[in-house]
Amino acid sequence: MTQPTPVFVRTAPTPARAAPLAERRPLWRLLFGDMVSAAMTLVGLLGLAWMLPHLLSWAVINGVWTGGGDECRQAGACWAFLGQKYPQILFGIYPPAEQWRPIAVCALILGLGLWSLPPRNWTKLTLGLWGGGMLGSLILMGGGVLGLKSVPTSAWGGLPVTLLLTVWSLGLGFPLAVLLALGRRASLPVPRYLSIGIIELIRGLPLLSLLFIASILLPIMLPDGVSIDKLARALAAMTLVSAAYIAEVLRGGLQAIPKGQMEAAAALGLSWAQTTRLIVLPQAIAKVIPPLTSTVIVMVKNTSLVLVVGLFDLLSAGRAALADPEWPAPFAETYLLIAMIYFILCFSISRYARWLETRTSKGNRR
Amino acid sequence: MTNLSTLLHDTRTRQIALQALLLALVAGGVGWLILNTVSNLDERGITGGFSFLDRAARFPIAESIIAYRPTDSFGWAFLVGLGNTLFLAVTVALAATLLGLGVALARRSAHPLTSGAATVYVEAMRNTPLVVQLLFWYALVTLGLPNIHAAFTPIDGVILADRGLYLPRPVMVGDKGPFLAALVLGLVAVGAAWRYGRVQRLRTGIPNRYGRIAILSTLLLLGLVWVTTGLTLSLDRPVIGRFNATGGMGLSPEFTAVFAGLLLYSAAFIGEIIRGGIDAVDRGQWEAGRALGLEEGNILRLIVIPQALRVIIPPMTSQYINITKNTTLALAVGYPDIALVAATTINQTGQAVEGILILMLVFLTLSITASLFMNWYNRRIALVTR
Repeated sequence: MTQPTPVFVRTAPTPARAAPLAERRPLWRLLFGDMVSAAMTLVGLLGLAWMLPHLLSWAVINGVWTGGGDECRQAGACWAFLGQKYPQILFGIYPPAEQWRPIAVCALILGLGLWSLPPRNWTKLTLGLWGGGMLGSLILMGGGVLGLKSVPTSAWGGLPVTLLLTVWSLGLGFPLAVLLALGRRASLPVPRYLSIGIIELIRGLPLLSLLFIASILLPIMLPDGVSIDKLARALAAMTLVSAAYIAEVLRGGLQAIPKGQMEAAAALGLSWAQTTRLIVLPQAIAKVIPPLTSTVIVMVKNTSLVLVVGLFDLLSAGRAALADPEWPAPFAETYLLIAMIYFILCFSISRYARWLETRTSKGNRR
Repeated sequence: MTNLSTLLHDTRTRQIALQALLLALVAGGVGWLILNTVSNLDERGITGGFSFLDRAARFPIAESIIAYRPTDSFGWAFLVGLGNTLFLAVTVALAATLLGLGVALARRSAHPLTSGAATVYVEAMRNTPLVVQLLFWYALVTLGLPNIHAAFTPIDGVILADRGLYLPRPVMVGDKGPFLAALVLGLVAVGAAWRYGRVQRLRTGIPNRYGRIAILSTLLLLGLVWVTTGLTLSLDRPVIGRFNATGGMGLSPEFTAVFAGLLLYSAAFIGEIIRGGIDAVDRGQWEAGRALGLEEGNILRLIVIPQALRVIIPPMTSQYINITKNTTLALAVGYPDIALVAATTINQTGQAVEGILILMLVFLTLSITASLFMNWYNRRIALVTR
């Protein structure tokens, strides 16, 4: 006779236990909890107390908000200069009567950028819109058709040049980057070594030297009579750079595709071109969208370099505005404005990349 | 007939044909560009070749770490520019690594003021172009700072004015020979003792103090030599003159602006790399260290950083290469680095192809050398797995 084993069967679910309390130290203990923190707080506060009055008196109390150059000479920050010169800083020497056109171009590019942010808008329609937008912005800026007055590229300047260079170099660089990335992973030696050579050559050189090559050597390397515009030359260099950097990002995506995908495609009887176009590339590109966004930031910042080959981007337009002898050259204010515009562009893109990254990683965890 | 069609459908043949076509296209394109270049240069009456490197440069180079006179040759001018580039890159890389470590630790700190300040700094640096920053610092140094008569002197001997930054330079007075000999001897002894102590510790497991004893006795020896030979150390302080400060160590406004700008910019990126590396070390490692009774600083130094280094080294390599490439932007403020020398040479001689070839060769060599060295270091510290 064996004793029945005591059995315990739970009939009702146990109530969920509360999560352990997050360990939060009160602010005053973070600031003054121990000697080191107290010392850091003290140093920080002293630094602020020393700097703030200087900054405030420069920017606000002695700042000049209205008036002309003479009011600025003996005072603090000359905000009046920015108020007067902002069209020149933003749009360069574009004919003032036609300035609605660069404004429209900036609005078009920024609007398209905003429209493309949510992943549900990543459709063929958006791709078409970008294609149309890129061409449309050139027509708007250059004119000569549809009754628009023709404006040569030498008169373009400021923010639209910065945005156009970014968008065009990325737009033209991307297909090139796909070729380079596929070439780098090809099993055939000729395309592989060619791609490796091109990518490493471009990535090993400073962008400045590539801009030199484009602006100085390109005219010598092309046959007599063929001349390309200064802006187009800078764009050629920027396109190669963006292609090399995007190709390396794409390589990461291509490496992350499991071999089984290619084998499955082969089993279905798809050709190499079909496999690449329908199976491999869509997955590879989707995997690397967050780092691609970071490449966009790099390209936005890179556009500021075209100043060394004498193009009027945002930075050089600002420097040109500073040359006005009527004003006491308020460089700090101007550079702060330019830096602020770049910061807003780049910081929002980097926040967006961060957001995309958490979103995609959530999707993968499931 | 059948033979030909099988040949067309043979994968191997098709691959070879395709590659040959690609090669021919590339070679043809490059050849076409070279032919155009040659005929264009002929038309402009520019003779190719590197013979211009021997001619006198006849342009001034404002500052250099290698001696230079305008009568020197173009080749020497390139070397002088390269020296400036290397000097800038190495000093910035060293200083930015130290500052970056500080930034990384500050961003990870629980202290809200410290981490907040570090975050603002990093975001501001990373999201604005380097050229804008360099021009800002240059304008601040040349226009924002007072002139030499109203110079800003936070401590005696440091002069900050629109003519640049002047620092005191330590100078040894007296017979330096014995002191230097003792210094070399001491360094060798310390190195040997350190190594021997390490080997002993690994063999017996008993910690020892050979290294520390060697350092102490070296310091004692140096002190003795110092006193017996009657050496004195004096600081050569810069003195404000009529137009400029004299004496001491003078850094031009261009160098000050480029150095400060590159340092602040690079330190933000390096700080993020180091922070990422430290974050990549499992939290359990910290907890285990605490359980062993180690102090926080020792956990960081002995446990976390050695493991973080494995994550940090590869991106650090590209960051150092980036610093080297970024020194070319010094051209925007007129610091005479190799890019400025190349640009001036091209302007003066019209030897565009050669000037750019030299520039390319220099940077490709630098990039490859840096990555070879860092890869060697990476292999040394990499995790050994079987």
